[in-house]
Amino acid sequence: MIKDLIVILMSAVLVDNYVLNKFLGICPFLGVSKKSDQAVGMGVSVIFVMLVATAATWPIQTYLLDPNGLGYLQTIVFILVIAALVQFVEIFLKKFIPALHKSLGVYLPLITTNCAVLGVTINNISDGYTFVESMVSSLGCGLGFLLAMWIFAGVRNRLEESDAPECFKGMPITLVAASIVSVAFMGFGGIIDKLFA
Amino acid sequence: MKKLGILLKGIIKENPVLVLLLGACPTLATTTGVISALAMGIAATAVLICSNIVISMLRKVIPDKVRIPCYIVVIAGFVSVVQMLMQAYFPDLYDMLGVYLALIVVNCIILGRAEMFARKNGVIDSALDGIGMGLGFTLALVAMGSIREIIGAGTWAGIELTALKPYAVSIVTAAPGGFLVFGCLIALVNKLTAGKGKKEFSCEGCPNASSCGKTSCESEVKEDENK
Repeated sequence: MIKDLIVILMSAVLVDNYVLNKFLGICPFLGVSKKSDQAVGMGVSVIFVMLVATAATWPIQTYLLDPNGLGYLQTIVFILVIAALVQFVEIFLKKFIPALHKSLGVYLPLITTNCAVLGVTINNISDGYTFVESMVSSLGCGLGFLLAMWIFAGVRNRLEESDAPECFKGMPITLVAASIVSVAFMGFGGIIDKLFA
Repeated sequence: MKKLGILLKGIIKENPVLVLLLGACPTLATTTGVISALAMGIAATAVLICSNIVISMLRKVIPDKVRIPCYIVVIAGFVSVVQMLMQAYFPDLYDMLGVYLALIVVNCIILGRAEMFARKNGVIDSALDGIGMGLGFTLALVAMGSIREIIGAGTWAGIELTALKPYAVSIVTAAPGGFLVFGCLIALVNKLTAGKGKKEFSCEGCPNASSCGKTSCESEVKEDENK
C-alpha cells in the first residue's frame, strides 16, 4: 500500500514530470520562471490548488457524476469547480491568512487557466486511482511542477546573460534550454522500475 | 477585402502559435506525428469557430463582470461536444489525443480570441476570425508534426520514407524534441519577420491580465531584446 503510494509519488515527480514530459502547464513554466522566488511561489500555489481541486473533483466524479450517468459533463463541471475553488481559496486566504495571501495571492488567479491543474484531476479519474492515490498523485505532480520551475529558473538566470543569435533571443532560446532540461529528466526513465521492482 | 484580411491575419501575421505564442501545451504535446497534430488542430478549430460565433451573439447579453466564467462555460460545452463526437466516430484519434482533447478548454487561444475579438465584433467577423486563427493553429501544428515525425521516425502521416527511415533520431519525437523544434520554428519566424516591425500585443487577449499586473508580456520580451 505504502509502496504503491511511493511509486505513484516518485513517478509523478521525476519520470512523468507534468511540465517536462507531458507538456502540461507550459504557460506558467515559461512565463513565471524568470526569478526563482517567483517560480517557487507559483509552484507552491500550484501544489496547493492541485490538492484542493483533487479533493473536490474526485468525490464529485465518483459520487455524483458516475452514479447518475453524467460522466460526459466531466469537462464542464471540473473547470467550473476549479475556477470557483480558486476564487474561494483566494477570498478565504485574504480574510483569514493575509500573510499567505500576500505571497501567493498574485499567482492564484493565474492557476485557473493552468492546464496542469485540470489535467491532473482528469488523469486521476482516467487512471482509476482511489481517493488516497489521487491525492498522492496530485501532490507528486505539484512537486514535479515546483521542481521543474525551480531548476529552470536557475537555468534562465544564466540564460539572461548569454549571447544568443538575434532571432533566438527571448522565447526561442528559452525553449531550447527547456529541451535540454527535459533531456536531463529523461535520465529518470526506468528508475522507478529498477528501484521498486 | 476587410473580411479577407480578418481571415488571413490569423494564418500568417498573427499566427496564434508562432507569433502570439499562445497554446503552447497542445502544440508541444500533440505534434509527435502529423495525424495527431492535424486531429488536434481540427478539434481546436471547431471549438474556436463555434465558441466565437456564440460569444459574439451573446456579447450584449453577457454582463461584463462575469464574462470570463461565461466564456469558459460556452467553450467547455463545445469541447464536450467535440469530445463526444470524436469518441463516437474516431475512437483511435480520441485515444491518441487523450487528456489534451479535454484541455482545449484551457487553451489560451480560444479564451484569448473570445476576449480579444468575439466580444467586440459581429457574428460573421467573429466566425471568420475563428476560421483564420484555427487554420493558423492547425498549420503550425501540422508543420511541427511533419518536422518531428520526418526527423524523429522517418515517416510522414504513417507513410514510410525509405530514404530517411534508417537515420531517424527518435529523441525528436520524445519530449525534449518538442521544445527544441518549437524553439527553432519560432526563431525561424523571428528571422523571417525581422525588421518588419513586430506588432505590439496588449494584455487584452490574455485571460490572466487582471491578475498579472504587468502592462504587456511582449514589452517584457522586448526589453530583453533591447539589452
